[in-house]
Amino acid sequence: MKSLEELKRIKEQTLKDMDLRRAKDRGKVVVAMGTCGIAAGAKDALMAVIEEMEKADIHDVQVVQSGCMGLCDREPTVEVSMKGQPSVVYGDVNEANARRIVREHIQGGQVVAELVIKRGNI
Amino acid sequence: MIRNQLLVCAGGACITSGEKSVKDVLVEELAKNGIQDEVQIIETGCMGACDLGPIVVVYPEGTFYQKVNMQNAGLIVSEHLVKGRTVPELLYHGPTSEKKAQTSEEIPFYTRQVKRVLRNCGVIDPLSIEEYIARDGYFALGKALEMTPDEIIKTVQDSGLRGRGGAGFPTGIKWKATKDATGSPKYIVCNGDEGDPGAFMDRSVLEGDPHSVIEAMVIAGFAIGAATGYMYVRAEYPLAIERFEYAIGKAREYGFLGKNILNSGFDFDIEIRIGAGAFVCGEETALLRSIEGKRGMPSVKPPFPAQAGLWGKPTLINNVETYANIAPILINGADWFRSVGTAKSPGTKVFALVGKVQNTGLVEVPMGTTLRELVFDIGGGIRNGKKFKGAQTGGPSGGIITADYLDMPIDFDSVKEIGTIMGSGGLVVLDEDNCMVDVAKFYLEFIVDESCGKCTPCREGTRQMYRIMERICDGKGHDGDIEKLKSLGKVIQLTSLCGLGQTAPNPVLSTIRFFEDEYRAHIEDKKCPAHVCKHLLTYSINPDKCVGCTACARQCPVQAITGEVKKTHVIDEDTCIKCGSCYEVCRFSAILKE
Repeated sequence: MKSLEELKRIKEQTLKDMDLRRAKDRGKVVVAMGTCGIAAGAKDALMAVIEEMEKADIHDVQVVQSGCMGLCDREPTVEVSMKGQPSVVYGDVNEANARRIVREHIQGGQVVAELVIKRGNI
Repeated sequence: MIRNQLLVCAGGACITSGEKSVKDVLVEELAKNGIQDEVQIIETGCMGACDLGPIVVVYPEGTFYQKVNMQNAGLIVSEHLVKGRTVPELLYHGPTSEKKAQTSEEIPFYTRQVKRVLRNCGVIDPLSIEEYIARDGYFALGKALEMTPDEIIKTVQDSGLRGRGGAGFPTGIKWKATKDATGSPKYIVCNGDEGDPGAFMDRSVLEGDPHSVIEAMVIAGFAIGAATGYMYVRAEYPLAIERFEYAIGKAREYGFLGKNILNSGFDFDIEIRIGAGAFVCGEETALLRSIEGKRGMPSVKPPFPAQAGLWGKPTLINNVETYANIAPILINGADWFRSVGTAKSPGTKVFALVGKVQNTGLVEVPMGTTLRELVFDIGGGIRNGKKFKGAQTGGPSGGIITADYLDMPIDFDSVKEIGTIMGSGGLVVLDEDNCMVDVAKFYLEFIVDESCGKCTPCREGTRQMYRIMERICDGKGHDGDIEKLKSLGKVIQLTSLCGLGQTAPNPVLSTIRFFEDEYRAHIEDKKCPAHVCKHLLTYSINPDKCVGCTACARQCPVQAITGEVKKTHVIDEDTCIKCGSCYEVCRFSAILKE
């Protein structure tokens, strides 16, 4: 280690690995992983969300799983709650839709209207 | 792709409570569910809430799981990670609140703490130098190497940092004196002896964030002009020794120790020296003799280590917690350091909050926090609904803070007025079932054992004080004992060679000051009001409760109990040896212990 630049590089790289432990207060994405959700493919949706977030370099939005949200016939369901905005529940979220949601809503700030099945808090 | 991280507390206490088995169960369950590549397990240093261990925190949610064991650890995987449902039985539930806490931010134990020294403990893997760097580790060193030694020392002086080992000497002044001293080579020493019974602040820093101390020692070496550092750790801390040794290896590998550090032309390296079980080696001059391979015995000051320390050369010796404060001070500045705490005692202090409180563990609070906040808000009050009797601070060198002083802000200077010291941070909470004479006797016994024997006041004086305390607790106290303890204590305080002797009488003198009536009960009435001192207890049978089951009579090793079946039994006081077996075995609470 010969310079502060090298130090900074290690810091940035490791911060990525420690990303999950940092405070995330810009918003939260909840993927319903009840039995119905898992059967409908929620796992793929979850991993797609995480992958897209990483690609888009987003570090201040939490991605968590929850149990069944109750909208079993529209699974997989994903709730997006960004700070300062009413939360939105998307339904029938397959892998492609999951990526769209990250790019258009979380990154771009635009709700993907045609995929929404519920607005406001559940 | 990692979607969750499980932080498992691997501080000493949690390891003792079964952390390794919990980790094994987690690893097994992750594999069973096929998600071992998506979930990472990280073992961290002490998270502080030692009473709630083993602890597992799930990120990114921050869900705080406590009292995790081999039987329920699997639920974290099968319920939380696979099905997204938090596990209610593992969440923290305060004694007065109805709601369960989801994250540590909802737990009162944590919300009032300000973690500066413990900034990385419980957050990073102590074995990962990369994680230390990610949290701004070694950036202070980088900054320091571009400053002049005088600028570094001025920053430390301006911060007002005072030694955290107990004496509270201004750190900046010590650094300046060592830099200005003539003599070569100079040395940097870290005092990791932490001898106070019940104190584990330094241990947790060494185990949980060893690089914070390494970085500070290198900075200190650069500031005062030393090339060699010694980390003196007590032998009773094998985990700390192991992790610190590993950290030294990593630091060398990354070039933070060794030759030409960060291309500055500055060389510095650190060696570990292990103690051998002597409390007196926590005293700085005795510690230096120990490093030199001599018997650990203190020497007269002046000369101070800054002028003549290791092998007669200028030596900077500071406590672990003091060093752990240095890097943030250099990164954030002296004003930042002063932004919490009191004017004369800026910054934070780590306390080992132990004893009869609900929430025992490691806490870090701003200087000036009151005892009431520590015991009742953070500590959660006294266990089992008992009454607060006092808090013992400063270990064998300290005294008691009673209920009358609960609102006293605790810092270096305030508690001196009531005859105690803040010390290195041990805070033992006592309740109505503690006998204050017994507590003082315990500390004195420790001191008698640990006295190095060099000076007469400590070697002979503490022993004589202990003999008096023994007689008092055996029911053989007599008139004049209290006065003798006071006068002996004063002489020992004034004439002992080192801090061990000078502070040895404190627990006795403090308890006499605030609990003289308890001493008098022992001496004059031959009774122990707290029912602790064995020889002063009387066992008798309550005729209203005794059903004559004969269990006690059969248990008694000296046949002191007589009585017929189904008739009230009686204990012969003269034969009774007060072993307490009858009390243990009676199922009808008929044995009275008073």
